[in-house]
Amino acid sequence: MPQSLHYLKETASQTAGPYVHIGLAPKAAGFDIYKRELGWDIAGPDAKGERIRIEGSVIDGMGAPIKDALLELWQANSDGNYAHPQGGAPVEEGFRGWGRVITDFTTGDWNVETIKPGKTLDSRGKPQAPHITLWLVARGINVGLNTRLYFSDEAEANATDPVLNMIEWEHRRATLIAQRSLRDGKPVYRFDIRLQGEAETVFFDI
Amino acid sequence: MTSPEQFYQRDWSIHPPAYSPGYKTSVARSPSYSKISLDNSVGELTGPVFGHSDIDAGDNDLLTNFAQPGQSPIGERIILHGRVLDENARPVPNTLVEIWQANAGGRYRHKKDTYLAPVDPNFGGCGRTITDETGAFAFRTVKPGAYPWRNYVNNWRPAHIHVSVFGSGFAQRLITQCYFQGDPLIPICPIVQTIPDPDAIEQLTATLDLNATIPLDTVAYKFDIVLRGRRSTLFENRLEGN
Repeated sequence: MPQSLHYLKETASQTAGPYVHIGLAPKAAGFDIYKRELGWDIAGPDAKGERIRIEGSVIDGMGAPIKDALLELWQANSDGNYAHPQGGAPVEEGFRGWGRVITDFTTGDWNVETIKPGKTLDSRGKPQAPHITLWLVARGINVGLNTRLYFSDEAEANATDPVLNMIEWEHRRATLIAQRSLRDGKPVYRFDIRLQGEAETVFFDI
Repeated sequence: MTSPEQFYQRDWSIHPPAYSPGYKTSVARSPSYSKISLDNSVGELTGPVFGHSDIDAGDNDLLTNFAQPGQSPIGERIILHGRVLDENARPVPNTLVEIWQANAGGRYRHKKDTYLAPVDPNFGGCGRTITDETGAFAFRTVKPGAYPWRNYVNNWRPAHIHVSVFGSGFAQRLITQCYFQGDPLIPICPIVQTIPDPDAIEQLTATLDLNATIPLDTVAYKFDIVLRGRRSTLFENRLEGN
């Protein structure tokens, strides 16, 4: 026998199940227990940059909205820095860049308010278009799914984004682009995640 | 600022495949196409940072965090403790661990759970804590009950506690379930059996830890969690094209 490497094995994932709200969003489950639930305020009151709203749904292989999903978002501030000791320059007070949202039990829709992130660099130092990293769990999803949300009004940056360009099937890149519109003068982006079908969202092994 | 190190690539042989037809709900909720492998950038290598101002000290005690004063939930009193480590066997300190579970009768405090076992007025069923410098965490709770669920007509979930962990980078984000040593429902549970590797199932099974019990009071189980490890820079990586 050669020497052992003594690495540990990662703990296996299991589905978050239908009652994920109890642990991660108990008010949605129907009770109030914590002084403060986490993840509802992504940007904080003093964040720089453009205030935006993002709305979407998560659609299963039969075309039905998933009403028990939970999503987490992780994003840079408007200067492209993350709220992390190794995330770049310090971010403004109150900016967390992390959010948690559930799909509505009746409609299946989700929405968040945040600010539009700035450009960041990839592992080789190339600029990446503004984007939000998304992580999705639900009953029936055995390992949380990772994807990215880009912005339709960043066509020029998207065209040179190294991650979008790595997707061999050009038509699939569109599944990662949230569509901007204005509602009462305020920017709203639409981002639907499709788990299967012709327009299946691109998911990443990160 | 130094750039955070990359993670080891995930070993998919220990994780359940997305499409696991024995777990029926996965069929329409599993992506069909291969995932696209991504060199991690700073957005995957970093993740949210949590501190003690985010939570209360008593959030990890499910025996008291929802109970009426002087009351206690019904059930077998347990301590669930362990460490969050990475694949390099290094502790993962200061990371948020969140749990949720059914009560001792197998009923969840959730508006969508209609199982006939009663809700326990003194049990919420969720807790959270932040690991210490050694990666250690502990919860006090009751052992959850098994319960039936709609998959085949006669499927039962083994007693389990759901566990959510962050780590230091978003690529480490993990949700799993902790089972209990000796439970005969483990090997026949379609959700457990989505995991192809028997050793990986063993790793999800908490072990009775007599040394951590409180005699005449509370029994204990040990449950360690392993997150993905990061590379060490032994030599500079000169990437193609740079």
